Amino acid sequence: MSKILIRGAKVLGGEAQDVLIDGATVAAVGTGLSDEGARVIEAQGQILLPGLVDLHTHLREPGREDSETVLTGTRAAASGGYTAVFAMANTFPVADTAGVVEQVYRLGKESGYCDVQPIGAVTVGLEGKKLAELGAMHDSAAGVTVFSDDGKCVDDAVIMRRALEYVKAFGGVVAQHAQEPRLTEGAQMNEGVVSAELGLGGWPAVAEESVIARDVLLAEHVGSRVHICHLSTAGSVEIVRWAKSRGIDVTAEVTPHHLLLTDEMVRSYNPVYKVNPPLRTERDVLALREALADGTIDIVATDHAPHPHEDKDCEWAAAAMGMVGLETALSVVQQTMVETGLLDWAQVADRMSFAPARIGRAQGHGRPVSAGEPANLTLVDPAYRGVVDPAGFASRSRNTPYEGRELPGRVTHTFLRGRATVVDGKLA
Amino acid sequence: MMRHLISAADLTRDEAVRILDTAEEMARVADRPIKKLPALRGRTVCNLFFEDSTRTRISFEAAEKRLSADVINFAAKGSSVSKGESLKDTAQTLEAMGVDAVVIRHGASGAPYRLATSGWIDAPVINAGDGTHQHPTQALLDAFTMRRRLVGRDAGIGQDLAGRRITIVGDVLHSRVARSNVDLLHTLGAEVTLVAPPTLVPVGVETWPCEVSYDLDSTLAKSDAIMMLRVQRERMNAAFFPTEREYSRRYGLDGDRMAKMPGHAIVMHPGPMVRGMEITAEVADSDRCTVIEQVANGVSIRMAVLYLLLGGNESDAPNPRTEEK
Ligand SMILES: [Zn+2]
Repeated sequence: MSKILIRGAKVLGGEAQDVLIDGATVAAVGTGLSDEGARVIEAQGQILLPGLVDLHTHLREPGREDSETVLTGTRAAASGGYTAVFAMANTFPVADTAGVVEQVYRLGKESGYCDVQPIGAVTVGLEGKKLAELGAMHDSAAGVTVFSDDGKCVDDAVIMRRALEYVKAFGGVVAQHAQEPRLTEGAQMNEGVVSAELGLGGWPAVAEESVIARDVLLAEHVGSRVHICHLSTAGSVEIVRWAKSRGIDVTAEVTPHHLLLTDEMVRSYNPVYKVNPPLRTERDVLALREALADGTIDIVATDHAPHPHEDKDCEWAAAAMGMVGLETALSVVQQTMVETGLLDWAQVADRMSFAPARIGRAQGHGRPVSAGEPANLTLVDPAYRGVVDPAGFASRSRNTPYEGRELPGRVTHTFLRGRATVVDGKLA
Repeated sequence: MMRHLISAADLTRDEAVRILDTAEEMARVADRPIKKLPALRGRTVCNLFFEDSTRTRISFEAAEKRLSADVINFAAKGSSVSKGESLKDTAQTLEAMGVDAVVIRHGASGAPYRLATSGWIDAPVINAGDGTHQHPTQALLDAFTMRRRLVGRDAGIGQDLAGRRITIVGDVLHSRVARSNVDLLHTLGAEVTLVAPPTLVPVGVETWPCEVSYDLDSTLAKSDAIMMLRVQRERMNAAFFPTEREYSRRYGLDGDRMAKMPGHAIVMHPGPMVRGMEITAEVADSDRCTVIEQVANGVSIRMAVLYLLLGGNESDAPNPRTEEK
């Protein structure tokens, strides 16, 4: 018997219903379903979502297993309600060959907590000079569809154009980390009022916006699709909005931290707030929220970037960039988008599951909660309030900007193809 | 008095005036045959320099020794220090050695703030210049120099710089001296104008408590003091301005420009000066130029800061004012 009956959950935030899981599949959705032979989960007041999908995760394996491994990263993902994550290519070695992406894919299968879909590098060694074997990575067991040099920008316009054209052959997408390199030399934080005062090197908004503008025009010219990673400025939103209105096939993501935090936090010089792209201004945060609400920004992606303690417990300039996010993403989205009335839960399901699965072509994920579908599901208690304590994180790294901060909501259960990976808020 | 001195912006008007007044007392020590006070006898001060600056280090060292402190000089540059662990490791070593105060110079903005707030060390931290952020004792010695010249040595006691007009010229973008001075001079009631080519003014400057001008000539006649900043030659390669000559023509201070300043107005420079480009020899060597006084005043200011941060206790630290009598 492997039947599970989730009783009385609000499916996608709608009416309370029962959901029966049989094996790896949702067997039935309705009211008053029989619990015969099933383990029952009383879920009154909870929200049932399709398993979350993260299009932008750094799992660090191979190469930086001291920060995170596929196993610890997928455990963190399951804790956060995710059933699939896309693993970025900036590992050591770089995921720029069929061999490396297959290794990551296999490690994901072995972990059993969450499906891992590797992202392939666009260029060899992320060096921006020579296209990686995009076709071979697609044809490999990993079936790569998303390509990104994330961490670095594909800044050569010709390379970017070629990559966009080339992946059309197999329906791939290029995910761009938009950062004009010359404009961001020595950049430490958002360029503006706070950087001027703190004397930290500025990362100007235009360095992101100018690359996005170029790339949407390139995508239009070659008739390909482009995905913009971690949009962080109000100006980027305007460019994507314009591109979409023009019919350009562009999608975009925003991270939870760019929906909540501002560059004012950098006044503490605490490197936990050091991230790329940097935390921007209140005005940017509000523009990003609005854009996620109106669909200009398609998805939330965590940019989960684990770093060991010693890489953050130092002076700002020496610190690594990035923050962990898998385990707090849904809570931040609840606080910034749901509790502000900008999104309802069905729209959260869209931004955090349906749409990312669609952009990344994740098989079996981002599916409706209905009979016959794979039982990739997440159960959330939205009434929960708690203070973030990184000591309890499943991620190997603890570089969260939310330590000590109260955030709403808690993932109580996560199911990967009918198997519980999280039960009562704890990893199974 | 505050526990650390990280930023000029942290000082209140009264705290700043108190430091300036104390520095006047300290200056008298320099006029004596034996230039020493017992105030910090038995206390250990470490000069922790991650970035070369012989001038600033010597100035602090002189101040520490005149207050009878034991001095440890730690130059991290060139040692086995690597990456970010260095600051924390070094701090903990100093803590273990029982250091009573740390004077830190660091190439990274915010490093002294991290040192003071991260729990790595308990001792008071004095910022001797961090990246492009702050250099508060420089601003204090500049203010001290201005007060002496513009208000008067004795008349200045208890006074601030209310209504004085100060113009700061040059590479504001990369200058911790400019940032510190804008903060402190504003606190002391002065009106500050920054003058630089637009490329050398930081984005976000509009929130600073000062005016910004791109035209040096228009500010000359209404300046009580003109502070020239150092322009590093490598800025030229990064296209901050077209040529050294053009910079000099537009933003250099020469005799003609100095002649347009009010009779009482002074010319300041944090040193070392690049003669010819930012300041001509004629100006640098004139009696309006306070560069040498600034150096001497630096020791008095640093004595005052160390004394107030560390001495504090009136019973074991004799009040220099009474001792003088
Ligand atoms: Zn990125």
